[in-house]
Amino acid sequence: MSARLFEGADWSFETIQRIYERVEDIALRDLKLDVYPNQIEVITAEQMLDAYAASGMPIYYGHWSFGKHFVQHEGQYRKGHSDLAYELVINSSPCISYIMEGNSALMQTLVIAHAAFGHNHFFKNNRLFRDGTDAAGILDYLQFARSYITQCEETYGEREVERLLDAAHALMSHGVHRSPRRRRIDFKQEQTRAQERRAHDELMYNELWQTLPGGNPRAPQSSAQERLAQMLELPQENLLYFLEKTAPRLAPWQRELLRIVRLLAQYFYPQRQTKVMNEGTATFVHYKIMSELHRSGDIGDGAFLEFLTSHTNVTFQPAFDDRRYSSINPYALGFAMMQDLERICIAPTQEDRDWFPQLAGCLDPMEALKDIWAHYRDESFISQFLSPRVIRDWRMFHLIDDPSDAHLRVESIHDERGYRRIRRALTREYDLSYVDPQIEVIAVDLEGDRHLILQHAVREGRLLASREASEVLGLLADLWGYPVVLREVDEHGNGLREHICEPRHAQGFQSGLP
Amino acid sequence: MYVIDRRLNPSGKSLPNRQRFLRRAGHVLREAVRNVSVERPIRDVNEGGVVIIPAHGIGEPSFHVGQDGTHSRVLPGNQEFLEGDRLARPPMGGGRGRGAGKGSYKGGGEDEFRVALSAEEFLTLFLEDLELPDLERRKLSQTEAVGLRRAGFQKTGSPANLAISRTMRNALSRRMALHRPRPDDLERLIEALAEAEREGKYKDIRLLRGLIATHSARTRAIPYIDPIDIRYRRYEPTPRPIAQAVMFCIMDVSGSMTEHMKDMAKRFFMLLYVFLQKRYKQVEVVFIRHTDHAKEVDEDNFFQSRETGGTRVSSALEEALRIIGERYPVSEWNIYIAQASDGDNETGDHERAMKLMRDGLMPISQYVAYLEVDEPHSDMPLSSLWKTYQNLDPAPSMRRVTMRQEIYPVFRDLFRRRDGLNVE
Repeated sequence: MSARLFEGADWSFETIQRIYERVEDIALRDLKLDVYPNQIEVITAEQMLDAYAASGMPIYYGHWSFGKHFVQHEGQYRKGHSDLAYELVINSSPCISYIMEGNSALMQTLVIAHAAFGHNHFFKNNRLFRDGTDAAGILDYLQFARSYITQCEETYGEREVERLLDAAHALMSHGVHRSPRRRRIDFKQEQTRAQERRAHDELMYNELWQTLPGGNPRAPQSSAQERLAQMLELPQENLLYFLEKTAPRLAPWQRELLRIVRLLAQYFYPQRQTKVMNEGTATFVHYKIMSELHRSGDIGDGAFLEFLTSHTNVTFQPAFDDRRYSSINPYALGFAMMQDLERICIAPTQEDRDWFPQLAGCLDPMEALKDIWAHYRDESFISQFLSPRVIRDWRMFHLIDDPSDAHLRVESIHDERGYRRIRRALTREYDLSYVDPQIEVIAVDLEGDRHLILQHAVREGRLLASREASEVLGLLADLWGYPVVLREVDEHGNGLREHICEPRHAQGFQSGLP
Repeated sequence: MYVIDRRLNPSGKSLPNRQRFLRRAGHVLREAVRNVSVERPIRDVNEGGVVIIPAHGIGEPSFHVGQDGTHSRVLPGNQEFLEGDRLARPPMGGGRGRGAGKGSYKGGGEDEFRVALSAEEFLTLFLEDLELPDLERRKLSQTEAVGLRRAGFQKTGSPANLAISRTMRNALSRRMALHRPRPDDLERLIEALAEAEREGKYKDIRLLRGLIATHSARTRAIPYIDPIDIRYRRYEPTPRPIAQAVMFCIMDVSGSMTEHMKDMAKRFFMLLYVFLQKRYKQVEVVFIRHTDHAKEVDEDNFFQSRETGGTRVSSALEEALRIIGERYPVSEWNIYIAQASDGDNETGDHERAMKLMRDGLMPISQYVAYLEVDEPHSDMPLSSLWKTYQNLDPAPSMRRVTMRQEIYPVFRDLFRRRDGLNVE
């Protein structure tokens, strides 16, 4: 039996180095993971709170909402309502993992296994992250964003910038291209492109907005509308993109700010799409590594018990009628599914052979999982790999709340008839294009008062939360500079509700114009 | 792999954003701070603390679906349900079904949150829009006690005030000016003389004896310290502001005072307390409640208990005078009197109340404020007590309020008025 990596809870930088080397050995040699270079940073609890408030990033621009989150977390933390996360990891290259100074040596081992190898492998290999985010450039881009915004604050005033950022943040959930882009975002080029774009805009004259009479008034309206839709790339679901490109009354710096918010929304979008997979992967990897460390005698039984305590806390899933239940725990679901896939690869039952003929008994679970980690997101992962066994173990059931019915209806349970239906229903809950209301810009009224027309495709009667929708619409109208109409339309094209908002400030955001 | 120790990096990166947030949430916070402060004992009003603010006041809105329409959830932990079961809908916000569904859309638990404020932030928010700095610039008249202040030196005085270093300095310069021989010069001459005597240099002996005689004579004639050198520390009597104040909170607690009225009175007393605290080192508060008889009580009883009986304002004024006489000598304390009442008073008592005010309290107090509280939207005519006080010359600062929000402007107003009327 080899010597232990550490004794007791204390650690030093040599201990971390030793732990890292051993964990790396297992991760790369046994599990054959493929990771970005690692950078591990030791921070204090205060700094962890700071990092929380800035979406986990080491640099971020200033805005009051981050202060709000800080105050929120700080309050909860000081009251003892919530613990801080043990770790925080950034999708960048090198991959930065924060570890807290207060953690025990065992916790640091766990964090390194979980973040520096689990998350890191996922970031580097998952298709969404690979195509959608530029890990190498993000920190430089954030640096650029911060100094650009600070500069705007100095030039145009903090209030002006704040108003614009408020509006942009409100639209952040509708500021992403949902379908994969052809071209990867290259954050390095963004800074030069920002300058080029400004120079180009100054040269350009946008005929679309000219107010002089002329043209051919008798041209058939439909074709004019079509031409317009084509020019404006309508319908457009990325509201921030649309405003950045076409809002008539924005100053160049305001467009640039919208772009910054939009690119960051796009950067964070894969994280929203892969909560279950990302956490599942990291949990699965740390479980493998910790078990191996215990087997090889690198950590003792006591430390392993400490690990199991944290591990079960993290993967705890209370039942729906438990007071602690809030939603399905992504750590728990991801880990359960991946463990079950491993079982299916090694020791399949007849049921598994029927459901997963390509995986059952393939005997190389790591290869199979790595392939899944690389190519799936939550939605597709669940729709393909939620096994009947997991549904049974979790005793899942599908509940429908239809307002026209006086009762809630149990649609399906964990039985032969229910497996596929539950899987389908759960899949939809992870489909962001289904969860997020589908809102598109469909037209601009150029004949009249230039109002912008948006449409919400209502599914199953789920209208927008009305008060907040009006608030967001008000901010949108401010950006657009003219009235904005949002129509909520059901599957058959019947209008259900309409919100109209005038820009609240007579000049919209024009005060920034030269 | 690198391990980087970031612990020494400056923390507090979020502080600028926190400040932005406090500024942004100003109006909500101010409201919360004022609500919290009403629940506190008056003396604790300007300590920091945690306030809870509703999140929607400073929300970050986004497009998301609301409660309309069909929602479906997959939930774990089924025990007894079978396909097709129909369940009673739990009350809104329940832990299952719709409640749970909503939770995950919005992250849940966002209804309110706590902000920990430092004492300074708390007070700033509390006083914001009160223009207190303005008030501070206005000089309230204040009683002054006579104190002594050092003011140079003088030639006469008591030995206790002898200024030794100044005296010695004078002596030294006089001795130097008059060429008083230094003691070691004389010693050297005496030594030289002794040597000359041993060696029998008679000429030198005579010379030296002569020199010694003149030196000794000079030393005797010029004293080491002369009465003209002596200086005493001089003190000058100066008026000095009294650094302590006592604030009398007088309130009618008869049945006609509602909780609403008491709440307004409390806010007013609180403001006065904060204001006094900014000016004086020590502020004491005396609570006197009265019906037809008055009693000094502690703060809890003051605001909480209610008594029945008639209303005789004079009883409270008498009690205040008695307490001042016993415990707060006018020469040592600044006296502030704040009275809150709904204006009821027994008809026969007006004369007496007026006399006590005019001859007793007004002359010895820094400031007398009378706050008449009433229910909102009441159109009662001004009360008899109001009319009584109005006839006083000078009249106390008087205001009538019916709504909470009016307290702050009234407070500011009262001080302004006082300033205008009493140019002393």
